[in-house]
Amino acid sequence: MLQEEEDLSLTIAHIVQKLKGSRLYSQLERQAWVSLQKPEIKLESLKEDIKEFFRITGWEKKLQNAVYSELTVFPLPRHPAAPPEHLKEPLVYMRKAQGSWEKRILKSLNSMCTELSIPLARKRPVVEQKELLNKWNEMGTDEPDLSLFRPVYAPKDFLEVLINLRNPNYENGDHLNLRTHLGLIQVPLKVKYISELKDYFIELSLNTGQLGIDDATQVPPELFENEHVRLGQKVLAEQDSAAAQQYVRQGSPTALRAELWALILNVSNQPEDLLYYEQLKSNVIQHDLLVDSLIYKDVKLTASNDDYYFVFEDYLYQVLLCFSRDTSVLGHFAYNSASPPKSYIRGKLGMEDYAVFYPPNGVIPFHGFSMYVAPLCFLYHEPSKLYQIFREMYVRFFFRLHSISSHHSGIVSLCFLFETLLQTHLPQLFYHLREIGAQPLRISFKWMVRAFSGYLATDQLLLLWDRILGYNSLEILAVLAAAVFAFRAVNLMEVTSLAAAEAVLADLSTLKVMPLLQIFLFATVT
Amino acid sequence: MASKVKWVTDIEKSVLINNFEKRGWVQVTENEDWNFYWMSVQTIRNVFSLEAGYRLSDDQIVNHFPNHYELTRKDLMVKNIKRYRKELEKEGSPLAEKDENGKYIYLDFVPVTFMLPADYNLFVEEFRKSPSSTWIMKPCGKAQGKGIFLINKLSQIKKWSRDSKTSSFVSQSSKEAYVISLYISNPLLIGGRKFDLRLYVLVSTYRPLRCYVYKLGFCRFCTVKYTPSTSELDNMFVMIINFHGGGLVNNLRLYLESTRGKEVTGKLFDENGNYFAESSLWGCVCPVMNNDKHCFECYGYDIIIDDKLKPWLIEVNASPSLTSSTANDRILKYNLINDTLNIVVPNGEIPDCKWNKSPPKEVLGNYEILCDEELAQTEGAERDLRNRSGPSIGLKGSRTRETGKTALTTWK
Repeated sequence: MLQEEEDLSLTIAHIVQKLKGSRLYSQLERQAWVSLQKPEIKLESLKEDIKEFFRITGWEKKLQNAVYSELTVFPLPRHPAAPPEHLKEPLVYMRKAQGSWEKRILKSLNSMCTELSIPLARKRPVVEQKELLNKWNEMGTDEPDLSLFRPVYAPKDFLEVLINLRNPNYENGDHLNLRTHLGLIQVPLKVKYISELKDYFIELSLNTGQLGIDDATQVPPELFENEHVRLGQKVLAEQDSAAAQQYVRQGSPTALRAELWALILNVSNQPEDLLYYEQLKSNVIQHDLLVDSLIYKDVKLTASNDDYYFVFEDYLYQVLLCFSRDTSVLGHFAYNSASPPKSYIRGKLGMEDYAVFYPPNGVIPFHGFSMYVAPLCFLYHEPSKLYQIFREMYVRFFFRLHSISSHHSGIVSLCFLFETLLQTHLPQLFYHLREIGAQPLRISFKWMVRAFSGYLATDQLLLLWDRILGYNSLEILAVLAAAVFAFRAVNLMEVTSLAAAEAVLADLSTLKVMPLLQIFLFATVT
Repeated sequence: MASKVKWVTDIEKSVLINNFEKRGWVQVTENEDWNFYWMSVQTIRNVFSLEAGYRLSDDQIVNHFPNHYELTRKDLMVKNIKRYRKELEKEGSPLAEKDENGKYIYLDFVPVTFMLPADYNLFVEEFRKSPSSTWIMKPCGKAQGKGIFLINKLSQIKKWSRDSKTSSFVSQSSKEAYVISLYISNPLLIGGRKFDLRLYVLVSTYRPLRCYVYKLGFCRFCTVKYTPSTSELDNMFVMIINFHGGGLVNNLRLYLESTRGKEVTGKLFDENGNYFAESSLWGCVCPVMNNDKHCFECYGYDIIIDDKLKPWLIEVNASPSLTSSTANDRILKYNLINDTLNIVVPNGEIPDCKWNKSPPKEVLGNYEILCDEELAQTEGAERDLRNRSGPSIGLKGSRTRETGKTALTTWK
């Protein structure tokens, strides 16, 4: 009991300290001063009256949302004496693996830089700055020569690294037994069993209404949809982050989704946010970064070729170029196993005083990165709002999909969860695919790394991302991947090569995610 | 033994030819005995011209109506719409209702348009009401955006004013006739880009009216960013004609619902779409269309949505392009032709113009019934639809609205 109380006060102190530096704090202070003018605030009961004032005017709600946001995003120190690396990643071997992966990426980037004789960063001449400013809304019409640029890495390169991960403290044994993991991931991570998943995802169960199932045209809207929409409107009226997060577990109505996600991510449209975005934009105008070319290349290769996202090409540049320069993103490295790459001013290699993070936000884009942003363009058509939403999504979720960690939502755990689910519940299929040289993870990895963006139809993808936000976890990606294999199991049992298996799973655009998930979790006999 | 359908085409496109071949039809030349001829608009003009004395037999069908230009020529379409509106107004039909600004509530689906040089003075009057607006000049007889230009000053169309003042019995060759329409300067933009919608409507017969709307359509995007600044007037070719790629209309609905809300999106797709696709055929063109039983026609409707989510009919094409730029594009057009042929040439057998042109529901494919006059007739039995002269149009108009879901379908 005492321990819990201590933990609680530690938590409270931690959060209070974080919030004290935030804009919300100064706003609350200002509001408190303003409230003194009001007649209902009396000196004798000052504290109570101000609290009441905050409650009525909605400021208490904003504070609640901010606290909730902190609790959701920042993990708490497990132990007061734990060093900061433990917050990033508690297991040493994982940290080491992430470190060497980062070295490889940076080496690749630097050698591309040297080969092409392009500096990592360059100040633009004034003429070029003016030109870019004029073209800001139509950068897609530019056709720069990107043939010499290659993506720094692709998901399959990353998969090879994960496959080779080993825990030096773990003796697998040479003999195969029933418990041997037959998949590609060979590190022992704790993942949920299907019984635990059923409890965890209880709101997806067969008895609960879902958007994505119970809003189909044949189902009369009075049964679920109308009431759910009404509830959603209420949640928005209350402006309650926690309620919104709970609400979207059953899916978000299309018309309310943009606002609900903003509420969950605690993104508001304050003038300061707009100003911040404009500041980033002017950074883009003034300096050219090597990663900009990588971003261009990625957008041209992926989003521009997508049947539905090509329209938003220009927005993607506007978001990603600014993202690279946003140093506030560096904050997430406190709980990310990755660390921002460091670069040194020319001639001062190794001297910490001359080290800068490169790119300024510490995130080097890889092939397919722009697909994290593309679906959001369907919800937000104002660039600064779009930007903020994407940034929040990145520092809460997406970063886990390309860094090596033991976190339950990290890509390694997702891969392990996927393989375990498949091996446990579809052993025949798993064994068959393995025999023909078609390890299932080789096919599903790319889906999970991109959070299925570009593979599912947009409306289905948004329903999936509703649940990512609702459960504050990426585990649903692994469950969906397994569910897809289960759905196409009959065809997959008949293939005899990796290429044929890929072909069976090449087109996911007709899939409906919620029925698949429900069947896999709740209606499959295990 | 059933003999195979013999086909001819002026339009050498794979989406057509593959469909003919997959039905086992036999290709012949126009001089031989043919059953099915996919004609260009030039050929149809020749076939039905008085001098040709061409007679189509009962086992021959063609893909155009003789006077399709009543709908597809810009000036004639406008003329027919205006005539329809006047008729409805005269008999006090509720469809002709106007709002407080004098604008038609239900019939205002074409941007304000005038014929030049005939209506020059009327145009000037309208122009002066909002002198900062931009207008678009389109030659009546040309297609694919040829000869189009924008104006924002009266001086730019001086030529047509001079002509109108000259003696009025000098007949203008139809090549010089233009229509001038209010330019939609506030189009709905997606990703900052201007786009238009292409919908397909099939008419198998005008009397009784049977028309179908294809459930899949296109959004055609501009490759250059849209700006309303008048300097763009010079780059107009790039803005309007260039065409980047397609996207299915369903995703449009998702985008609009997410960014604009469900009610206004619903209004656009379910209510507004209803009136004009159907009105354009029903009231405007039906009375004047020569309903030759050898004919059917697949029209391409070009629609622009403005930023208030109001759709505007820009043009109806008699020969919508069958060229494809992407794989999805090709698949859509292939399926479009496939479903069209299934409806107009039932069972792929030798056509017989005497059949009642009522296909079973199963063959519709991706088409949806937009209006089936006969079907509606059997349901609204007490209404007399046999005479199609002026006064009964109002009655038909109101019947259209009341029968609602049975005769009409909404955009999906």
